[in-house]
Amino acid sequence: MSIRRRDFLKIAGVSAIAGIGGVSALSLLKIKGSEASSYIEDPKTLKGKRWAIAIDIQKFQTPEDYARVINACHSIHNVPDIGNPKEEIKWIWTESYEHSFPSQDYGNPYIQDHLKKKPFLVLCNHCDNPPCVRVCPTKATFKRKSDGIVMMDMHRCIGCRFCMAGCPYGARSFNWRDPRPYIKKINPEFPARMKGVVEKCTFCYQRIAVGLQPACVEASKGAMIFGDLADPNSEIRRVLSSRYTIRRKPELGTNPSIFYIIGG
Amino acid sequence: MLETALKGSRTYWIWILFLLTIIGIGLIFYIKQFIVGLGITGMSRDVSWGFYISQFTFLVGIAASGVMVVLPYYLHNYKAFGRITILGEFLAIAAVLMCMLFIFVDLGQPLRVLNVILHPTPNSVMFYDMIVLSGYLFLNALVGWTALSSERKGVPPPKWLKIFVIISIVWAPSIHTVTAFLYQGLPGKHFWMTAIMAARFLASAFSSGPALLIILALIIRKFTKFDPGKEAIQALGKIVTYFMITNVFFLGLEFFTAFYSAIPAHTHPFVYLYAGLEGYNKLVPLMWLSNILAIISLVLLVIPQLRRNEMLLAIASVCVFFSLWIDKGFGLIVGGFVPNSFEKITEYWPTIPEVLIALGVWSIGFLVLTILYKIAVSVREEVGSIDIHH
Ligand code: SF4
Ligand code: SF4
Ligand code: SF4
Repeated sequence: MSIRRRDFLKIAGVSAIAGIGGVSALSLLKIKGSEASSYIEDPKTLKGKRWAIAIDIQKFQTPEDYARVINACHSIHNVPDIGNPKEEIKWIWTESYEHSFPSQDYGNPYIQDHLKKKPFLVLCNHCDNPPCVRVCPTKATFKRKSDGIVMMDMHRCIGCRFCMAGCPYGARSFNWRDPRPYIKKINPEFPARMKGVVEKCTFCYQRIAVGLQPACVEASKGAMIFGDLADPNSEIRRVLSSRYTIRRKPELGTNPSIFYIIGG
Repeated sequence: MLETALKGSRTYWIWILFLLTIIGIGLIFYIKQFIVGLGITGMSRDVSWGFYISQFTFLVGIAASGVMVVLPYYLHNYKAFGRITILGEFLAIAAVLMCMLFIFVDLGQPLRVLNVILHPTPNSVMFYDMIVLSGYLFLNALVGWTALSSERKGVPPPKWLKIFVIISIVWAPSIHTVTAFLYQGLPGKHFWMTAIMAARFLASAFSSGPALLIILALIIRKFTKFDPGKEAIQALGKIVTYFMITNVFFLGLEFFTAFYSAIPAHTHPFVYLYAGLEGYNKLVPLMWLSNILAIISLVLLVIPQLRRNEMLLAIASVCVFFSLWIDKGFGLIVGGFVPNSFEKITEYWPTIPEVLIALGVWSIGFLVLTILYKIAVSVREEVGSIDIHH
């Protein structure tokens, strides 16, 4: 059953209604009595082999700039606000330069002020060589072959939290209790999670499937650039080849897909 | 043979009742955890493994240590261990059961535990841990039970058993090696990323396990007519001594590497554990207690005159057991998460429900152990033999 659901998840076109391992989508499948693969992909689906985001930090100026991006993600994805740092759930948030890039320049007091004081947006890096996928004992965390998105199957996750220990970026959150009462306004288009499973940024696979950019990118008003690393003519490739960018903890060999544009 | 567990003295039944009570309390709190979620524990987004996983780690060591009595007896024909191999094997059974239960109570979605088997994932170390642990449980149950049955009938154990004994000897270190691999292969967890982790695990296992066996053997001698034998207990004492020295040596290696290289990410967890970091120091008293217990035990163990005194050996064993329990059953896991991936600090301390659930699991282990030991001892008392040859 779940295998079919997974194949199904991989079919971008339907994922939009499916949501994360969506129950509703599964019942839909049963009603129609057809195999997932018989679904036709939405012609609007964005095509890419390895999605990535470049964050232009200079374009984030006011606290509002950050809040808009974070809220865009958290509101549509039913990310709860537990109000307790111990049980916090977050998909995208800010950390200081020093904490985002601890290996970059540990404890350097002389770096430029604008870096030292600047909040950096952090989220799942959708690593090309993701340790979270390597350690997961059930394949509930898996890398989608078609476009490199590191996906979550919340219906398979056993809540062992091995992936949280394995992720060197602190990108993952665990549902220490039922999150539903803590979601301000439930978005019925996207499934809410249950207690006891791990979650994280899913690169808005449900939006990509219908031809939309990730919600955070859209809300950033040009401060975040989304695109396909495998396409030499993509905008992101042009940006990466013309401006100085860094990634978090590159020495670990995870090969992150989130880039930070530092210099001009 | 099971029926022998049903006939016991008053003390035996009081002990069983006591364990059942603790199990009951643990169960009540587990039900609460099942309904509310793991939020009732002290774990957090930053320290996402805690008491349960630490207990699991420690107990894998206890399980593996059974080999320390099985190996000398079967491979070197060391007769003095003939009477206690069964104690080692049965201890391993109880310990592996506790390991499995601790993994289970740590799961956020326990009802989906079978997903590990339904969707086998050979790139996950957890997959191998599941295999080696269940294999080890099976081997010890098979060997222990068969040997004891033959003994009761007064016949030597069947020849084929030897093959399984040898497999179990090779298998024992694997369970602790694989468990170390759960931790030592994670990028970005500097405290765990050390090639010596598996070796350290084995050294601490082979000292804490036999130390527990010494304590158990002395208890059995006090309460039953079965005497595990002075020589066997002394031999165990020597095993504890050598492996405790090795363990402390390995810990020293870790300290050297961290502090001589002076790489902040490597020193921070040690500083946090033993001195406190940026004002956070919840674990410091415990870690020092562990160190002090280790030193006391080493003094008592290394000096032969002291070690030969059974009372002092018992004290040393208790010290070793608790020292390593703190080190591995607490500090090792928490230290891996402090500081977190952002070099920030969130501290961990177990909650009361969490501790009670853990105590419940320990009690289940001790209940199984008590029943198994009761059977073994009853058989020995029945046969009344002094020299038992497997
Ligand atoms: S950032 Fe963490 S969760 Fe995301 S893919 Fe990399 S290892 Fe996995
Ligand atoms: S918590 Fe879920 S996703 Fe993470 S490793 Fe365990 S089963 Fe996989
Ligand atoms: S890509 Fe989508 S899921 Fe990920 S942080 Fe941005 S909005 Fe959230």
